Amino acid sequence: MTDAPIASARPRTLAEKVWDKHLVAKGENGNPDLIYIDLHLVHEVTSPQAFDGLRMAGRPVRRPDLTIATEDHNTPTIGIDRPIADRTSRTQIETLRRNCEEFGVRLHSLGDIEQGIVHVVGPQLGLTQPGITVVCGDSHTSTHGAFGAMAFGIGTSEVEHVMATQTLPLKPFKTMAITVNGQLRPGVTAKDIILAVIAKIGTGGGQGYVLEYRGSAIRALSMEGRMTICNMSIEAGARAGMVAPDETTYDYLKGRVHAPQGQDWDDAVAYWETLATDEGARFDAEVILDADELEPFVTWGTNPGQGVSLSQTVPNPAEITDANERSAAERALEYMDLEAGTPMKDIRVDTVFLGSCTNSRVEDLRAAAEIIKGKTKAENIRMLVVPGSARVRLEAEAEGLDKVFLEFGAEWRFAGCSMCLGMNPDQLAPGERCASTSNRNFEGRQGKGGRTHLVSPLVAAATAIRGTLSSPWDLLQDERDSAERISVERISVGAGAPIEEGAK
Amino acid sequence: MEKVTTITGVGVPFRRSNVDTDQIIPAVYLKRVTKTGFEDALFAGWRQDPDFVLNQPAYQGARVLVAGSDFGTGSSREHAVWALRDFGFRAVLSPRFGDIFRGNSGKQGLLAGQISEDDTERLWKALEANPGIDMTVDLVERSARIGELTVKFEIDEYTRWRLLEGLDDIGLTLRDEARITEFESTREPWRPRTLPAR
Repeated sequence: MTDAPIASARPRTLAEKVWDKHLVAKGENGNPDLIYIDLHLVHEVTSPQAFDGLRMAGRPVRRPDLTIATEDHNTPTIGIDRPIADRTSRTQIETLRRNCEEFGVRLHSLGDIEQGIVHVVGPQLGLTQPGITVVCGDSHTSTHGAFGAMAFGIGTSEVEHVMATQTLPLKPFKTMAITVNGQLRPGVTAKDIILAVIAKIGTGGGQGYVLEYRGSAIRALSMEGRMTICNMSIEAGARAGMVAPDETTYDYLKGRVHAPQGQDWDDAVAYWETLATDEGARFDAEVILDADELEPFVTWGTNPGQGVSLSQTVPNPAEITDANERSAAERALEYMDLEAGTPMKDIRVDTVFLGSCTNSRVEDLRAAAEIIKGKTKAENIRMLVVPGSARVRLEAEAEGLDKVFLEFGAEWRFAGCSMCLGMNPDQLAPGERCASTSNRNFEGRQGKGGRTHLVSPLVAAATAIRGTLSSPWDLLQDERDSAERISVERISVGAGAPIEEGAK
Repeated sequence: MEKVTTITGVGVPFRRSNVDTDQIIPAVYLKRVTKTGFEDALFAGWRQDPDFVLNQPAYQGARVLVAGSDFGTGSSREHAVWALRDFGFRAVLSPRFGDIFRGNSGKQGLLAGQISEDDTERLWKALEANPGIDMTVDLVERSARIGELTVKFEIDEYTRWRLLEGLDDIGLTLRDEARITEFESTREPWRPRTLPAR
């Protein structure tokens, strides 16, 4: 189907172009549009009831060739060659395997080189491409929007609907431009941008919108960074986030096994080049952020909007004017066992988790390894490093990153969702405090009673070294202080004066 | 799906905002492969507190939940809707819902109606003044009533029609199957395919 002439006559946003291109039937009289789905990602948790529904209605999976499954939420990250110990988890995985076999769906099981977190697997295979529609029974499907795809999470009824029809009835989203101008300082990353965006617009601020991330700071990001940002769009209430494709996108895709090849590649790029938002296109809302001013960002509360710069203090609920937000903040501080006014950097952490669909790609692991290389882990810290996929794990090992983590004293695990959600053996104990590169700090998210601070991979690494919430800036300051101490000691010794206690 | 028109039963004043689906049903309960029997999982974390509102005798057998803003944010888990439904709830009213949760509700016959902040406060006060009182949620009129108090709620027209008629989405879509097939014939050859695996 070609674009409707009326739609192409006026300037359109990226989101509108992808939407129009996938219109099977335009909804009339307030009915939803019927949208075609190019790629359906499946995992063990949200699919069993959908497959059951098909079976009961005697329906096939309409397009197994546009469907792919992997095992990630329930899977253990150690001892993966042994049967899964938890009986209900094992049943769920076995159910997925039986369903994929019965319905002809491609599955990457635990132990397979392409197994891993569903949102890491799609891009690494080259299946996630600009201008396509992607869905999955997982809210972090928004990740794939980094390629200029329209990608969003769906519930199990919708999973069954896509399996049966390869379409979804949907009302058009509104559009919001998130423009991030300027340049990030060293030590500040994509994760800090998105945490700052969510703190600014709130967990409901993006509700009903597709967010389009624009501006020089977004253009300068790698695909991994863009995925981190789009991944957390849902934490601002938006089902999807998008970045227009450019050379960075094409460089990432080219040569991947399922990327177009030869003439197909040229045709595809020619189409992808038309996707960027037109000059003069109108967004329903716009938010502007200055990257120059951003600092490493962390959360203090129990929703991803409750965050501050690492240099700030735990906020005082009494100073929040909105009554609902105030009581939410009070509850959050109680759950997190924090006192208003405490400097964020004074917060002592028990566990550091580097992983999840937000930050488990090889670039994330590389960035963290760079910080910890040759350093010593704080004694109070346990650190889990969980690559996003089996392939990421192998890539990291080829670069020797596993050795850096192991020498540092971290645990080097197999791929999966791991400690991002309390569904597999990797969980926090009640009261345990974690600096986590994942995406949700909800009560009990990482295990019942666990306390989560969302951070970037760089902050995770610096925290593992210092034992308290820290960024690479603090490590630099430590080095400067230490250099100063050494010179003070030399002067003191030279002058024959005793060395002060604090200078040791 | 069963038709939904009017729901009458005990209303619960749920004075919390930002109730994410991890609170409605913690991940540990998502390992099941069935679609029913999730009543024990609803608010499993909070229900351990004896003072939690759903543990109070007045609210046993509740049918309507009146919640604060941003109810059902976060994870896409439809299990959140199944747990509310299995526990006995037939309607949730809130000033704002998580997008995916609201969509999931409509697919499972759980009415998710949007009310203003002021009306939420009014309903809370009325329910708290008379714990265990019945309220009526009327989908035809788009209104919620407690005694003399009536407030309006919003729900998109398409979802309302499907609930009133008890219609199944897949069946509706497959009426358009010829258009789907026609659309498929126009898709560019370079669009990604998972099979054959490379």
